[in-house]
Amino acid sequence: MSKSWLVIRPRQLPLSFRLDRRMPAVLLVLGLVTLAAMVLNVGQGEYPIPPMEVLKTILGLPTLNPDYPFIVNTLRLPRTVVAFGVGVGLAISGTILQGLTRNPLADPGIIGVNAGASVAAVTLIVLFPNVPLFALPVSAFGGALAVAILIYLLAWDKGSSPMRLILMGVGIASVLGALTTLMVTFGEINSVSQALVWLAGSVYGRSWENVRALLPWLAVFVPLSLVLSTQLNVLNLGDDIARGLGIKVEWQRGLLLLIGAAMAGAAVATAGTIGFVGLMAPHLGRQLVGPTHEGLIPIAALMGGLIVVLADWLGRVLFAPIELPCGVITAAVGAPYFLYLLIRNRKR
Amino acid sequence: MNLLSTRRLTLAYDGAPIIMNLDLAIPAGKITTLVGPNGCGKSTLLRGLARLLTPRAGSVYLDGADIFKLSTKAVAKRLGILPQGPVAPEGLTVRDLVAMGRYPYQNWLQQWSKEDERLVEQALATTGMTPLAYRALDTLSGGQRQRAWMAMALAQDTEILLLDEPTTFLDLAHQVEVLDLLYELNQTEGRTIVMVLHDLNQACRYADYLVAVREGQVWAEGLPAQVMTEAMVREVFGLECRIVTDPVAGTPMCVPLGRKFNLQDVRL
Repeated sequence: MSKSWLVIRPRQLPLSFRLDRRMPAVLLVLGLVTLAAMVLNVGQGEYPIPPMEVLKTILGLPTLNPDYPFIVNTLRLPRTVVAFGVGVGLAISGTILQGLTRNPLADPGIIGVNAGASVAAVTLIVLFPNVPLFALPVSAFGGALAVAILIYLLAWDKGSSPMRLILMGVGIASVLGALTTLMVTFGEINSVSQALVWLAGSVYGRSWENVRALLPWLAVFVPLSLVLSTQLNVLNLGDDIARGLGIKVEWQRGLLLLIGAAMAGAAVATAGTIGFVGLMAPHLGRQLVGPTHEGLIPIAALMGGLIVVLADWLGRVLFAPIELPCGVITAAVGAPYFLYLLIRNRKR
Repeated sequence: MNLLSTRRLTLAYDGAPIIMNLDLAIPAGKITTLVGPNGCGKSTLLRGLARLLTPRAGSVYLDGADIFKLSTKAVAKRLGILPQGPVAPEGLTVRDLVAMGRYPYQNWLQQWSKEDERLVEQALATTGMTPLAYRALDTLSGGQRQRAWMAMALAQDTEILLLDEPTTFLDLAHQVEVLDLLYELNQTEGRTIVMVLHDLNQACRYADYLVAVREGQVWAEGLPAQVMTEAMVREVFGLECRIVTDPVAGTPMCVPLGRKFNLQDVRL
């Protein structure tokens, strides 16, 4: 029997699947750690609540203090849920982009996809201050997709080098950053201040309304990315091998690119640009379950959720009562990690 | 009937055509070897045969049917291609790679059937990669890596196997090993093999059918003994040589002259 694979092949059903043997244990541990981090995060604040009380409140059990349900369920829980969801979106987007470009440095933030989402969403906020919340992800998705296609056309052609892709992305991101600044400069003061808070890359003050705007995107695109994980595996071997194995390369790659842009767009529309999550989560995931995507996508997704939840918690604990946006924390950790990968990649 | 053939095939990348109006029939159940100088279009032809390149004109036919009108997954069950110098993602194990060869047979519900498992194990065994199955590809030597990719192509379980320079970057012992493996696959399983080779003597030793390509055209095709002549090497490669008989295989063997050894010095 297989040593490194877990085979699911029920006798009665026409089903068969194969997963990395490390998968169940990793999934369990990572899931528990993520839940613990979320409980910790909910308990943290001006009015600290012990973890057990947080759990009881979420589960609707009687608690010590009648104020807990309001604090936990109305004020704090949506923020943590949003942090988790945003991390999932960024991580899956990064995993897909790294797989498609065969470039370990690809990340929706680094190659400018997040900047595209930002500029589209900020434009919407500044031009139409009363726009409903659910419209933001749509606009951000449009911006993310536009940049993804632009980069695809400019830098991807005929197996371009990793460096070219990164440089092109950095260039596009800085142009779009300038455009965002321009929008902010000329916008009306109230809508601008709203946009500025949002741009910092924070889950501060996110409500159930934000969760409801983000959730449909995750509900559609997370399963879709799992369904396409075998295709992503084969595409990761290069165009010729993929074609030879019967992949319709342009079509499948287009679809995966769309999913990547949608996930990044929805995440950015919800919490602004939280950088490097899409870079770190897939790398950490690969260390745990290897590079095949059936296992990597769910593990990287959980890892991404965990990273953003932890970053949000750290941002509030480190210099309390001053609160750092979680985007600052992920950048402080992610930027050196990126440099490390860059140096290691050059040596290879 | 020829399994794989081309009719007035013209292939091009962006600029001028690389293969022009080419008619070629690959004999079924044989080993066909494409030879030719650098840039003659033999690799392009191989990619064209494997439907990796859309023709500018003409087409490729699999069992008489236009290969581009067949579903690409259906073609992948009958024809496998191993391009030159493929690169695997970091950390991918040999067994994971070989399992990807089963992609054409899988769908959303059936991702790892018993048949998949059997053929992957068999491909690992045939290529001698079973002991290395759990190693990451980037930790292997060039020869081992090449065998891993070949195992992936074998797991695809196709009657036709196309290989672009399967022996490059390998030392002589590993070159012979890879060619022997292909010969055995042809003999025991009757697979049709088409490969591009640089070494003319190896081409003659292993090929049933030799195709010499020059400037996008077939210059000569047939049995190695018929194709491999001093005139062919002169015209196709621009090289003076002597053809002798391979003392081991009995096939034609090309001994180049070059400037250091000119015609007067040669006593053959």
